[in-house]
Amino acid sequence: MTAVFSAVCIAILVVMALALARAMKAPTVYDRILGVNMFGTKTVLFIAVIGYLMGRPEFLDIAIVYALINFIGMVAVLRYFEYTAPTE
Amino acid sequence: MLVLDIVSSILLFAGVFFGLTGAVGLFRFPDFFTRVHAASITDSIAVILIISGLLLQTAFDLNTAKLLFILLFLMITSPTASHALAKSARHGGLLTLGESKQQKQQMQQKEAGQ
Repeated sequence: MTAVFSAVCIAILVVMALALARAMKAPTVYDRILGVNMFGTKTVLFIAVIGYLMGRPEFLDIAIVYALINFIGMVAVLRYFEYTAPTE
Repeated sequence: MLVLDIVSSILLFAGVFFGLTGAVGLFRFPDFFTRVHAASITDSIAVILIISGLLLQTAFDLNTAKLLFILLFLMITSPTASHALAKSARHGGLLTLGESKQQKQQMQQKEAGQ
């Protein structure tokens, strides 16, 4: 199972890198937020999988906290941008 | 145990596949709302599959509850975040591909009329 977990970890890292690239270079600010949101969700999954890879499932607590923080941060940023209408 | 491992690997790899397609869709789709579709739908299915794959690795203990809590929480927050994002983009004046084409056509017609 270690090999499977390692492969899944690497693949999730690739997805995270793609999302981060999207967040760095995108046509509108909403695309950037979309990339950051995807990055956050994949981070939760990554922490959960790497906990099982290292044989320390206590990492799941960190994943839960990260999911909560990610959601609150998303809503806060969207509240800020909803009526200010930035265009690049 | 071996059967569980195989099923769990299949679920994990399926989840990773959907995650990768979502990341590619983030770059390839033509307008913003289709990109939200790509990101959010593949996001939720990837979460379901990967967490299910991990669930099969647990004995029935506290970790199962934690994984189920993560799954439940992400299933609530991911669509909410997508909805809020699409709504705020709409308020911000982003158009769908069809609408922006229509707008361009109307502009051209106006110019031709003048």
